[in-house]
Amino acid sequence: MLDVPHPTTDEPGETSFDLRKEAEAAGITDTLQQLDQELIGLKPVKNGVRQIASLLLIERIRQRAGLASAPPTLHMSFTGNPGTGKTTVALRMAKILHGLGFVRRGQVISVTRDDLVGQYIGHTAPKTKEILKKAMGGVLFIDEAYYLHRPDNERDYGQESIEILLQVMENQREDLVVILAGYGERMTSFFASNPGFRSRIAHHIEFPDYAEAELLVIAELMLKERGYRFSAAAREAFEKYIELRRSQPFFSNARSIRNAVDRIRLRQADRLVSDLDRMLDVADLETIDPADVLASRVFSGGADARSANP
Amino acid sequence: MKLTQGCFSFLPELTDDQITKQVQYCLANGWAVNIEFTDDPHPRNTYWEMWGLPMFDLQDAAGVMMELAECRRVYGDRYIRVSGFDSSHGWESVRISFIVNRPPQEAEFELVRQEVGGRAIRYTTVRKPAAHAAQ
Repeated sequence: MLDVPHPTTDEPGETSFDLRKEAEAAGITDTLQQLDQELIGLKPVKNGVRQIASLLLIERIRQRAGLASAPPTLHMSFTGNPGTGKTTVALRMAKILHGLGFVRRGQVISVTRDDLVGQYIGHTAPKTKEILKKAMGGVLFIDEAYYLHRPDNERDYGQESIEILLQVMENQREDLVVILAGYGERMTSFFASNPGFRSRIAHHIEFPDYAEAELLVIAELMLKERGYRFSAAAREAFEKYIELRRSQPFFSNARSIRNAVDRIRLRQADRLVSDLDRMLDVADLETIDPADVLASRVFSGGADARSANP
Repeated sequence: MKLTQGCFSFLPELTDDQITKQVQYCLANGWAVNIEFTDDPHPRNTYWEMWGLPMFDLQDAAGVMMELAECRRVYGDRYIRVSGFDSSHGWESVRISFIVNRPPQEAEFELVRQEVGGRAIRYTTVRKPAAHAAQ
């Protein structure tokens, strides 16, 4: 309120609008482009985000034109398997909302059940309110939201937290946007047992699993960010790795790939250090050899799955 | 008699919008915003009771306004003030404090003079009993 011009303060009566200029001024074009470039795949998500951004942009212009406009409900739910980019997209979403002036500050507070629900009677309400206060003017991202509701325990304090959340989501829609995230099926049953949530959330976005080719591109992007690259043979080995890893338990998409990349770096460093008498050049330092990939336990029947390293 | 303590107290009562802006100013400066209430607004009573903890990690004034609404609901018949505490080195003190809620019937004070040795005068501010009690 102090520094962000709120859309309602604009005088009505303008009649023509340069849409491109409006979009650029709000920073949407940049953010969407960034979303396109930095996130591999995720077609339906990008479409969903683009639609919401368009709605918000038009809504803002309508306000300025003096047309009837109700403040849109912006609460969202992101469903999808682990590692499909829900948190990353939530951060981008906050940027878009902030650019358009639908949230005033644009900070993202990311919480889970532990941050909202207390451990004894009378502990939950202050805890939930504390988080809500921090999130005011921004986005509250509740990860694994279905844990809030424990159907097997009717005296669980989660229900208390849900009630406070619902009340604020309804009464202070202009002050904060709530994004619930979690794995598909469990979110469905969560919404089924909390119809209040379902009806207060306008946008449901589903995050699909990555295809193998997309995972490879992601891996290469991650390596590039860290200043490495695959040799041709290592690339092939990694394709094989993805294929095997996907069929093993606890596969969590991009997150598994990130862990794999980190372990590959470890093995590469180990391989280089094991031969101390050798002169290294830059190519040695940045190239991943097939040996670094093939040493993974994934190739020996998936011991990865049984270790504490999902 | 309108009680005048802290900032803005000679101005008309602040509206909620104005309070929001003041609070936002405090938060933008990184001050901890406190809500305090009391039924004893004597000028020498610096220790008002706190409504909850100081709010030092908020981004937006809406959170403070939420607490203020709650405090007004419970203690609407008392004085409530909002203060901003600056913890930065060299300041470490309250930078702003203003009243945001008054009881329907304001407290009244009067000056009592006491003559002591050598015709010196001692002054005391005492609270007058509430009007309905006096009648």
